[in-house]
Amino acid sequence: MKRVELIDVSKSYDKQVDVISNINVTIEPGEFFVLVGPSGCGKSTMLRMIAGLEEITGGTLKIGDKVANNLTPDKRDLSMVFQNYALYPHLSVQQNITFGLDVKRMKKEEQRRKAKEVAAMLGLSDYLDRKPRELSGGQRQRVALARSIVSETPICLMDEPLSNLDAKLRAHMRSEIRRIQRQLGITMIYVTHDQVEAMTMGDRIMILHEGKIQQVGKPIDIYNYPANPFVATFIGSPPMNLAKAEFDKATSELVLGGEIRLPVPMDESGKLPTTTMTVGIRPENLYPVTPETKAEDIFHTTVTNVEILGNETVFSFTIGEEEWMAKWSGQWHIDIGDQLPVRMEFESISIFDGQSGELLKRTVDHGNYVTTKEVQA
Amino acid sequence: MKMGLPQKIWIYFLLILTSALVFFPVLYAFMISFMTGPEIIQGKFFPQTFSFENYTKVFSRLPLMNYLLNSFIVSASVMIGQLIVCSLAAYAFVFLKFKGRDFIFFLFISTMMIPWEATMIPNVFTIRNLDWYNTYQGLTVPFFALAFGTFLLRQHFLTIPKELHEASQIAGLSRFKFFWKVVLPVSKTSLVTLGAYGFLTTWNMYLWPLLITTNQSVRTVQIGLKQLQSQEIATEWGVVMAGVIVVIIPTLLLLFLGQKQLQKGLSKGALK
Amino acid sequence: MSTFWRKSVDARTAVLYLLPSIILFSVFIFYPMFRTIYLSFFLTDQNGNAAINVGFENYQYLLSSSEFINSTKATVLFVLYTVPIGIVLALFFALLANEKLKGIGFFRTMYSSTMGISVAASSVIWLFMFNPSIGMFNRLLSVFSLPQIQWLLDPEWALLSVAISTIWMNLGFSFLIILGGLQNIDEHLYESSRIDGAGYFYRLRRITLPMLSPTLFFIITISLINAFQTFGQIDILTKGGPSQSTNLIVYSIYREAFINYQFGTASAQAVVLFVIILIVTILQFKLVEKKVHYQ
Repeated sequence: MKRVELIDVSKSYDKQVDVISNINVTIEPGEFFVLVGPSGCGKSTMLRMIAGLEEITGGTLKIGDKVANNLTPDKRDLSMVFQNYALYPHLSVQQNITFGLDVKRMKKEEQRRKAKEVAAMLGLSDYLDRKPRELSGGQRQRVALARSIVSETPICLMDEPLSNLDAKLRAHMRSEIRRIQRQLGITMIYVTHDQVEAMTMGDRIMILHEGKIQQVGKPIDIYNYPANPFVATFIGSPPMNLAKAEFDKATSELVLGGEIRLPVPMDESGKLPTTTMTVGIRPENLYPVTPETKAEDIFHTTVTNVEILGNETVFSFTIGEEEWMAKWSGQWHIDIGDQLPVRMEFESISIFDGQSGELLKRTVDHGNYVTTKEVQA
Repeated sequence: MKMGLPQKIWIYFLLILTSALVFFPVLYAFMISFMTGPEIIQGKFFPQTFSFENYTKVFSRLPLMNYLLNSFIVSASVMIGQLIVCSLAAYAFVFLKFKGRDFIFFLFISTMMIPWEATMIPNVFTIRNLDWYNTYQGLTVPFFALAFGTFLLRQHFLTIPKELHEASQIAGLSRFKFFWKVVLPVSKTSLVTLGAYGFLTTWNMYLWPLLITTNQSVRTVQIGLKQLQSQEIATEWGVVMAGVIVVIIPTLLLLFLGQKQLQKGLSKGALK
Repeated sequence: MSTFWRKSVDARTAVLYLLPSIILFSVFIFYPMFRTIYLSFFLTDQNGNAAINVGFENYQYLLSSSEFINSTKATVLFVLYTVPIGIVLALFFALLANEKLKGIGFFRTMYSSTMGISVAASSVIWLFMFNPSIGMFNRLLSVFSLPQIQWLLDPEWALLSVAISTIWMNLGFSFLIILGGLQNIDEHLYESSRIDGAGYFYRLRRITLPMLSPTLFFIITISLINAFQTFGQIDILTKGGPSQSTNLIVYSIYREAFINYQFGTASAQAVVLFVIILIVTILQFKLVEKKVHYQ
């Protein structure tokens, strides 16, 4: 339950180019904070700098209210779960769990009691005497988790802890880790490359790309209002559709990929720049046409690929040089090569500056409300 | 792999024939060690009786028990010394970051190119100046540092996930404790390999003990064999072979027990 | 200052951990190597102290000494006798012992057994087998009514005899290393080649040998170096004789230094040995590494 604060933190090797730069963020006590980004974006390096495993070459790291730049890892009051779990192969599960306690010279009796407690919490009670190699991947993962929990540190760091598990187990562990974090009120800093994990687990997430912060915020805000095209395509699956676009002043229309003309409402047209823009729209905001659809909102596509997933149907088509995807709920009988009308509305698109990538226009709030809400949020 | 019966028979035939040929000298020596003089001259392969007369003789003519004990002390000391010195160095090369690490490692490896025989003359004088003639330390200390051993252990240490090191750092383990409580136990197999290798090679060492033992106090069995051979040669081959068998039994046993381990471990060290 | 102290903790620990090795290497390898080179330019007294600087005279003496030239020739010949045959035999045995058959462990133990037998013990056994009157070899010859050979006593045969015994002595070690290399080869490679219908010798040539090349490279280097360092079997079997036909270089150094007390010329020979081994190692790396297939 400690705050972690990064002030203008940067990292360079051999005084060369910064691999991480200008990181400013405050992680609140008890928060589940997810660092997400493609591989090589610097998220692991950042986590390891917080852990004290990598030197901080610029800026200040505060843990609690203390400057921690020069503290050794064990003085930072944190625990860490590694991607490959880092279990000691020669020690039993129990010895692995109590390893850190033993280093701190806790009484054996106390150690055993705590190990039992945590093992019960994670369903490891029957495996305490086994060696790591006799465990399944999921069980090893739990042991790593147990080792972190038993240390009772206020901060826990996790570096892609679920990436070695199969999909089903991963989904289960996501909610379990979240549950434990809430229950113990730990400040969690969690690194992953998986945007689904980031979306489902984080109180807030930070998206990193090439060592720079792209956006920090609540998952749903990031999904709805991505700060730039990179975030727009990184979060969400299938990713947001993007196309180059220009504003045709004469007709007050947006021209997407040189093909689609989308009318711009009067009050919006004044805000659009005359330079090139990038327009984005989520696949689920491309709707089937209904009798009520206004003719100017319709455009026609040629289907190039179809995936029917049971409860939804995803199909692709080409706009300009980009491949777009649309996601319709339910099952649709669509074949490759079909000519299909699709509805797109101006209010659902995001517009980014063609040069800087800055978000110029947000989508409207698509969230629904339960009308008979009785439970307090 | 599946193979036909004729192929199998053919391979078994080759296996039996060649392994018998390889092992024949040892078996032959074993048989001779039970023979009397006349039997040997007649050129028999099987002794009439398996009497231990030659064995009692060899122990009475040479302080063979002393030599065995000396060899054991020397081999065990070199083994332990090598394990300590090499594992410390290998640890530093793998887990510590410091300037000039690559250069020092290169220096270590370069010692493999210096044949031990090229340095033996000054070494003999060093031992003499230290007054280490006819001492255990003279027989052992020069062999404690071993580039091959450092290399072998380094290779194994490199396979230890670096996360294990990091997890220990976060838990607050000191460098030495990490070495002692994690690195060494995890590398047990390589330590056993190096230990067996060190013991074997030291037990079989010949030239160095020949140079720096001038009396029986710390003389090893190998030099004892030379002594026995030059004393008894013309007369009693049975006694000499009894000595040979006594000398090779400990190492043969060690080899038979650790063959699998040695083969795996050494080939690991051989390939970078 | 305190940051420096803290940041250098790794370096300070490293010094501590490396110190034993560094001291031992310095005292027993680096110092004596330089001392040997130094002594090779001097005439020495009985205690091995440098007395008179003679420049390259020791080397000139060696080059003109028929004894040394003979010793070098014998050494090279000995290396040629032992290394190729020894490795081919070990490879053959390792290939046999790599088959998955019942009781293969027993055969592996047999093949590797010579590694557990010291040079001194092996030499004594072979000394008996080479014995002209009661040794096994001459008895075999007489069974086939072939002329008797004086093995170790005949200058024509002595080096070959020592070479035969040496091949046997080194077999176990080479065998173990090569077998280890064979077992490191991924089984899937064989399976996929069998699906392609490759025969045994095709697999041997196209998979086994290329994949084994790092191991072979290692064992060839080690065997070469070992062969140049041969001493024990000479001391017991022939003492360099007859008529110096088996006076291999290390034995020659030993005699020159510790029997004749000519430490200067002995050192010069030691330097020659060092240079030879250096060249062999470097050549090995340069020539073979290009062709070696590393995984």
